[in-house]
Amino acid sequence: MRHTISVLVENKFGVLSRISGLFSGRGYNIESLSVNKTLEEGISIMTIVTSGDDAIIEQIIKQLRKLVNVLKVRDVSQMDHIEREMMLLKVRTEKTNRSEIFNIINTFRGKTIDITNNSLVVEITGAKDKLMAFVKVLEPYGIIEVGRTGAIALSRGSKPTTDFK
Amino acid sequence: MKMTGAEILVESLRKEGVDLLFGYPGGVLLGIYDTLFDSDIKHILPRHEQGGIHAADGYARATGKVGVCFGTSGPGATNLVTGICNAQMDSVPLVVLTGQVATSLIGGDAFQEADIIGITRPIVKHSYLISNPEEITTVIKEAFHIAASGRPGPVVIDLPKDIMAQKAEFKYPAKVDLPGYNPTVKGHLGQIKKMLRMMEGAKKPVIYMGGGVVISGANEEMAKVSELTGIPVISSFLGKGGIPGTHENYIGWLGMHGNYASNMAMAEPDFILAVGTRFSDRSTGRLDGFAPNATIAHIDVDPSSISKNVKIDVPIVGDVKAVLKQVLAEIEKYSWDKNLTSRKDWMAKIKAWDKKQPFGYDRKADIIKPQYVVESIYKVTKGEAIICTEVGQNQMWAGQFYKFKEPRQFISSGGLGTMGFGFPAAIGAKLGCPEKEVFDIAGDGSFMMNLQEICTAVQYNVAVKVAILNNKYLGMIRQWQNMFFNNRYSECCLDCQPDFVKLAESFNAVGMRIERKEDVEGAIRESLKIKDKPVIMDFCVDRDENVFPMIPAGAAVNEMLLK
Ligand SMILES: Cc1ncc(C[n+]2csc(CCOP(=O)(O)OP(=O)(O)O)c2C)c(N)n1
Ligand SMILES: [Mg+2]
Repeated sequence: MRHTISVLVENKFGVLSRISGLFSGRGYNIESLSVNKTLEEGISIMTIVTSGDDAIIEQIIKQLRKLVNVLKVRDVSQMDHIEREMMLLKVRTEKTNRSEIFNIINTFRGKTIDITNNSLVVEITGAKDKLMAFVKVLEPYGIIEVGRTGAIALSRGSKPTTDFK
Repeated sequence: MKMTGAEILVESLRKEGVDLLFGYPGGVLLGIYDTLFDSDIKHILPRHEQGGIHAADGYARATGKVGVCFGTSGPGATNLVTGICNAQMDSVPLVVLTGQVATSLIGGDAFQEADIIGITRPIVKHSYLISNPEEITTVIKEAFHIAASGRPGPVVIDLPKDIMAQKAEFKYPAKVDLPGYNPTVKGHLGQIKKMLRMMEGAKKPVIYMGGGVVISGANEEMAKVSELTGIPVISSFLGKGGIPGTHENYIGWLGMHGNYASNMAMAEPDFILAVGTRFSDRSTGRLDGFAPNATIAHIDVDPSSISKNVKIDVPIVGDVKAVLKQVLAEIEKYSWDKNLTSRKDWMAKIKAWDKKQPFGYDRKADIIKPQYVVESIYKVTKGEAIICTEVGQNQMWAGQFYKFKEPRQFISSGGLGTMGFGFPAAIGAKLGCPEKEVFDIAGDGSFMMNLQEICTAVQYNVAVKVAILNNKYLGMIRQWQNMFFNNRYSECCLDCQPDFVKLAESFNAVGMRIERKEDVEGAIRESLKIKDKPVIMDFCVDRDENVFPMIPAGAAVNEMLLK
């Protein structure tokens, strides 16, 4: 099962390598990992997308909580939540198919942000499934490259997702 | 008044009550060593950093205090790695201080630069790189707190050379401020009651006692729970001494070379109260054969130990001693008479197993049996010595034939199985407990891995006794090759070895060789008269003896080989 785990950390020396090392050392899987500052000084948030059976996810959460600089760990997938990822995608175009491609981009609510005679760069956000579907539809035209941010997630409603106080 | 980083560091160590540490100097540590020169902290110079850290480990295990050691940048620090991992696996509180090149040089592959924080990241409880002299006091305060509290473990602090020379005001914090680190002490009362209800209803219950009982000093509480309920106690290897080895409810030790009764019993309980243990594979055997019909309650200070290897029905997170106190406060409210007859039958069944198949060996043999040496040490020291071990057959026989009265009497590398651990650990234990007799029950192979520490023991008049069970083999390797590889003795033969007596004498220690069975006891008694030097006893034992019972790798607890 795929899980999205939100980890609030003190922004201290080596904290990212402690977390990524924990995953590699114990053989846990990382689909994506994103790290960013929060509004709170000295505190960062990591969103880790991983997969495993219930026992593995339980161990991952316990092992994360054991790290001294980890303040709070939440399995966001257990909550009513919103998950988004941004992707930049560069696709090959020809005179004959450009409008066709524009149609697809519009359907997916993507934004065209760079155009040349024979290529386009599109910005698109969404959950993983939407991004993958978009890639699949554009594949026949020739995708040159993609850049992805990895997922970030928040719970729905007025309560914070990871409240550590 | 402003002080240098080195002065702040040493003063902080004193504030933490450090009166003894183990260290080896080097270029980047010279400032610190200059400060230590004037300090009243006793400094022990091992002859190898690995010896130093194992000594700090033995000191910590014997005393319950935090062990402290130093190594210089680069090779000094990398020589500490095995010791750090060893302490992490067995939950030993250490503060490990490593020198580092100056901050301006870090990252440039400077002379003797090693990224020791990176190298040790997966094997520490926590680590720090000091980046300014102002933070030294806070880091030291936190490091000692983290090392010793919750599930203990090693904390590494990397000390760049330039920071040790910079000046700052000395302000020692009164408290630690670690918002992400709050080990649970007391257990959840609802869970405790749930556990007691299950225990009350059990007909074939077992208490499975791990090293956590020893570490938290819960020996009295553990014994009381067993006595009030009549439930048999089976320990892990490092749980030995959690209740006395002679206690009538103590059945023995579970696992690969544990006793028959313990292993048989673990195949059929209906309830287990596991206390301070991590269900290691060496203890449980094949998991589907481990207590398949039991509901299991588990008390542990480390939540990640719970349901890691074995699925737990009632988790209770908390310090073992604190939780057992809570258990004792509730225990009278339950009826321990209800299933008394079934539990008595169960106990009788276990005792019958023990009677049928106790640890044994050929007592009539003329040759010195290694087990006889351990039994003789037990007899002569009246079961009161601190026993350290090396790794291999010697370690298993030490576990089988010495009964421990108290916690912290048995010091052995359980999780990592580090050959060369026992001797330096014995030096550390003796320095920490000078009033106790301290033995290292050694193998000839393991002893060779850190024998340079004879010099350390001589220099500081540390009267440890080393009993080498000399089989001129990597005996445990030979045993596996004998049993599972058709007697193909690949690289296990140690026919070429030093004359251990002359070796000891060359260090100005005492050496003895014991070749006849009738001399064994006398030699041990003789060794106890020597109070100012180490004694190296070379017991020429039966080369071909194997350790039994044995649960082969991949077998279940009740699938022991008995010979
Ligand atoms: C540092 C290290 N290297 C290798 C091993 C693997 N090993 C386990 S037991 C053993 C043999 C130990 O020989 P010895 O110390 O003579 O003990 P004996 O089994 O003969 O009592 C070896 C090589 C180990 N545990 N530790
Ligand atoms: Mg040997």
